[in-house]
Amino acid sequence: MTEAVTIEARNAVKAFGQGDHVVRALDDVSIQIRKGEFFTLLGPSGCGKTTLLRLIAGFEMPTSGTILLDGADITDLPPNRRPVNTVFQSYALFPHLTVAENVGFGLTMQGRPKAEVKARVAEMLALVKLEAMAGRKTSQLSGGQQQRVALARALAPQPKVLLLDEPLSALDLKLRKEMQVELKRLQTETGITFIFVTHDQEEALTMSDRVGVMSAGKLQQVGSPKEIYTRPVNRFVASFIGETNFLPATVVAGGVRLSTGDVVEVATAAMGTVTLTVRPEQVRIVGAGEAGAISARVKFLVYFGTDTHCHLALADGTEVVARVQSPASGEAGIVEGSEIGIRFAPGAAQVLED
Amino acid sequence: MAERRFEISRIPGFATIAVATFVMLYLPIAALVTFSFNAGNSVAVWEGFSLHWYADAWNNQAVKDATARSLIIAVCAAVISTTVATLAAMGTTRRARFRGDTFIYVAINQPLMVPEIVTAVALMILFGMVKEATGYQGLGYLILAHSAFCIPFAYLPIRARLEGMDLSLETAAGDLYATPWQTFRHVTLPLLGPGILAGAMLAFVISLDDVIITEFVKSGGQDTLPTYMLGQLRRTMTPEVNAISTALLALTVVLLTIFFLLTRKRD
Repeated sequence: MTEAVTIEARNAVKAFGQGDHVVRALDDVSIQIRKGEFFTLLGPSGCGKTTLLRLIAGFEMPTSGTILLDGADITDLPPNRRPVNTVFQSYALFPHLTVAENVGFGLTMQGRPKAEVKARVAEMLALVKLEAMAGRKTSQLSGGQQQRVALARALAPQPKVLLLDEPLSALDLKLRKEMQVELKRLQTETGITFIFVTHDQEEALTMSDRVGVMSAGKLQQVGSPKEIYTRPVNRFVASFIGETNFLPATVVAGGVRLSTGDVVEVATAAMGTVTLTVRPEQVRIVGAGEAGAISARVKFLVYFGTDTHCHLALADGTEVVARVQSPASGEAGIVEGSEIGIRFAPGAAQVLED
Repeated sequence: MAERRFEISRIPGFATIAVATFVMLYLPIAALVTFSFNAGNSVAVWEGFSLHWYADAWNNQAVKDATARSLIIAVCAAVISTTVATLAAMGTTRRARFRGDTFIYVAINQPLMVPEIVTAVALMILFGMVKEATGYQGLGYLILAHSAFCIPFAYLPIRARLEGMDLSLETAAGDLYATPWQTFRHVTLPLLGPGILAGAMLAFVISLDDVIITEFVKSGGQDTLPTYMLGQLRRTMTPEVNAISTALLALTVVLLTIFFLLTRKRD
């Protein structure tokens, strides 16, 4: 089944500055976002994710490249002529208007009849559960309520795509968790394509259908949260999403040889020097000297409640972190200084080309 | 325990200086207002209470004409200078900084820096030539001159308001299908309102009060209220001048009160 593409960027480049000081905020990015999906652009600050969002919204023009909406070139259309709405990081609610007037702003500007605007505003306020606040000024609302007004305002004109620029970053942790659920619900109920920008990898993994990981103006990897986590294509993606171990290795027949001389079985098409990556929770601790196990020594333990992180040193000093379930009280666990062996869960280790 | 910081009110002589300052500021005005109610002809010797100087001023055709002229000029100058100042403020705050933008601020605020007497003489010479060439003698010259020197007074509060405004509001309006004109009309202008009002009122008061430029630029028979009063000084001064001044003062206080009520933070 081929899914319809709503937003597409083709070779989008955005450069700032002149002469010797040109910075490529977006460096030849091509991406396809499917109709009705919750797509997240994830990356550290300055990676170009917000720039890409601003190009889609029309707030900025690409230096080169094309933006398409439902197959039509919208690169040169101003923001007010794109059926795309934005939820701003600062919310950008109009302080001189009431909640209802804010929500109805887009429809009013489109010249829709008053009765239609009124009905749609009521519907939107019900959707975000703010019916009682319709007549209030936005400054009288709490942060979470302002966030909902911003959402209702952007959804009211029924855009083809909703852009969300780190909308949850100003909220405290508890409210953020609530809004994550709320956003997912709104997206499912409205069926609108959401493009969500965040630097929070947990937010990206829990909410998205697909994630695009960005760094240094380039798109590093696009895939489902599971693909991104379990099959990172490079060192950046592997280290940005979750925690991981990097082990220097050389490709040999049937796998890779670690710097300790141990051979790990893994499928790879790469040649020469590579990096082996494995998540801490995929490192199994076994008895010292067990056949096929890599010998290691426990350096120290860090207790996290449910889990304990075991910081280990291999024979040549290479560090590896293993995450194990914390033992129940009284039960003997792994102790600092003990000699043990480790194994990697089948299929968990992955080769990254350097 | 209270934080110990420098407190100006603890300096010896603070109270004396404060009282002296208030006396210097308000005693002259109090004297002016008091003698506007003097029954006699003197602005210095009290001869009993009367309102007849107000009645005299009210019935004086010259005062009526001068007042009408002053108001026409001040209203026109306020409208023109505020419009220009709003555009100038939009132009100077809505773009990236560029080489030479300081020069633009200096250019806009020129009337604050060039001595007014210099501008007055320059305008007199220039308008003299224009009057000679066109034969037009009307109020247009005064309106034009007042509009020009009122611009910085209107510009400064509007610019301050614009600089404090969140630019993402205008971006958001554009995102919500507002054309650039609709954005200006429905977002920028309403938010700018108090700044524009402040600018217009300041311009109005400054124009109403002007003597130097008006004196040099006006044609014969074009006295405004301040130049009429100046003219009265050359003759015998009567409390009629006090009465007019008091009325002007009252107008200013009323305007400032309205302004304060309008711009007060609403809950």
